[in-house]
Amino acid sequence: METSIVISGFGGQGVLFTGQLLAYAGMDNDKHVTWIPSYGPEMRGGTANCTVIVSDDPVGSPLVAEPDVAVVLNLPSFEKYEGLVKPGGLLVVNSSIVNAETLRNDIEVVSVPANQIADELGSVKMMNMAALGALLAKRPFLTLSQVKQALDDHLPARKADLLEANKLVLQKGYEVGTAVPA
Amino acid sequence: MSKELLKGNVAIAEAAVRAGCEAYFGYPITPQTELLEHMSKRMPELGRVFLQAESEVAAVNMVYGAASAGVRVMTSSSSPGISLMQEGISYIAGSEVPAVIVDVMRGGPGLGNIQPSQADYNQVVKQAGHGDFHPIVLAPSTIQEAIDMMVLSFDLAEKYRTIVFLVLDGAIGQMMEPAELPPMQEVKKKRPFWALSSQEARRTNGELPQKNVITSIHLGAEALHKFNEHLQRKLAQIEANEVRYYENYMEDAEVAVVAFGTAGRVAETAVKTLRAEGVPVGLHRPITLWPFPEKRLQELADRVKAFLVVEMNAGQMFHDVREAVGREVPVEFLGRMGGLIPFPTEVEAEVHALWRRTEVLEMHRP
Repeated sequence: METSIVISGFGGQGVLFTGQLLAYAGMDNDKHVTWIPSYGPEMRGGTANCTVIVSDDPVGSPLVAEPDVAVVLNLPSFEKYEGLVKPGGLLVVNSSIVNAETLRNDIEVVSVPANQIADELGSVKMMNMAALGALLAKRPFLTLSQVKQALDDHLPARKADLLEANKLVLQKGYEVGTAVPA
Repeated sequence: MSKELLKGNVAIAEAAVRAGCEAYFGYPITPQTELLEHMSKRMPELGRVFLQAESEVAAVNMVYGAASAGVRVMTSSSSPGISLMQEGISYIAGSEVPAVIVDVMRGGPGLGNIQPSQADYNQVVKQAGHGDFHPIVLAPSTIQEAIDMMVLSFDLAEKYRTIVFLVLDGAIGQMMEPAELPPMQEVKKKRPFWALSSQEARRTNGELPQKNVITSIHLGAEALHKFNEHLQRKLAQIEANEVRYYENYMEDAEVAVVAFGTAGRVAETAVKTLRAEGVPVGLHRPITLWPFPEKRLQELADRVKAFLVVEMNAGQMFHDVREAVGREVPVEFLGRMGGLIPFPTEVEAEVHALWRRTEVLEMHRP
């Protein structure tokens, strides 16, 4: 099985780290993974994205035309990826700041108030974990505990004080995702 | 040793450190700057030389100097920076000193952009500088391969006293993948016999000290002709010994996709999907762009019905494939320029079309 995930949002929303965390969790659990960032002339406040592939087999192309999953943390990302998700795929929307609805009925959509969840649990900066939790609830190619373990092992030391809070946000996002009917 | 999640540029830099690289000279340019950045931290830590030169022109001449002293040395840059280095590259080739150059290619011509590209194939493979020479050109497709090739680059450069180019596109430089780094090699203390700092050359034996001279100047036409003949013999030896490629699903393939680097891994995804659909297609991925796997492609041409070359340029390696397989077998091309990477679905569509055309031709063959 191979799952391709695009994570997209403003610079500072933790887009690149969220992707790396998935890649770490995949690698630590004997999956084949690739992580590739958009690295154009990005600017502060601009939109950044990365593509992660988690697979049982060696990964060829690190990019896909139509991802299985898109996690969109801001409106420009919603506009860019909503139409690209593979039919039958999943769109995770940060409903805290994305006030838009898809007209597509061939994909699954999970809305997560990621900013609110993270803010209530300590810091809005952890909103990426809420969205990731919701993704894992809907597409368990990695388990919640595997990703929590990856946080333990790979969250940069300078953020160690936010480790437990990040796990709580991840958990809450997972619960929100689980509650959304398929 | 276990696998780590490594960024291409960082992985290459650390592999060079572990291969015993003693000196690094360079100048920053996207998308290879993480390589230089990693070197700036690691080399001084180990008491080795890291120097950010004032330009690429200076950097390559520093490489020339260190190489002449018999030091394991490298530089890295991206497309416009390599253009600036061409004079020095030619001098290094003309002086037969070993040097390693990493080129993380970006979109061109001109300042172009910083996105992944393979548009410098001709530049590094055909004419890396003025005069009759070729560097060995290695083109990895994964980060593990890039690490392994980085170590190999130094060994080949010293074995043949030649320039080795490790060429990748920005995608491999920027992406992360699990890979295993090589063991740490000590810096070689003994300088080669030909080097300016060679211990042998400095031994006096009771007579005047001998001198090693390193130069690329041969003023007499006869002398330069002779030197070029020697260089060509060496290149022929490299061509005979150092061809490397990777293949998948080629055993019974009727259509061959030929692609290197990132385009190679995109093509491999497409080939796997097509095989699952029953299309008899295989992948040939050159790892050495020079020497080019010409003989292998000739062999394939005897049994393959059509070739598709996929590149992130306007069709450069395409001409080498065309020359290798001759005019009997159709060779088609799929290219993306400007820093775009083709998607596997685009390669699949092209192969489907090519396969249908081939089948129609078969039916009408008398």
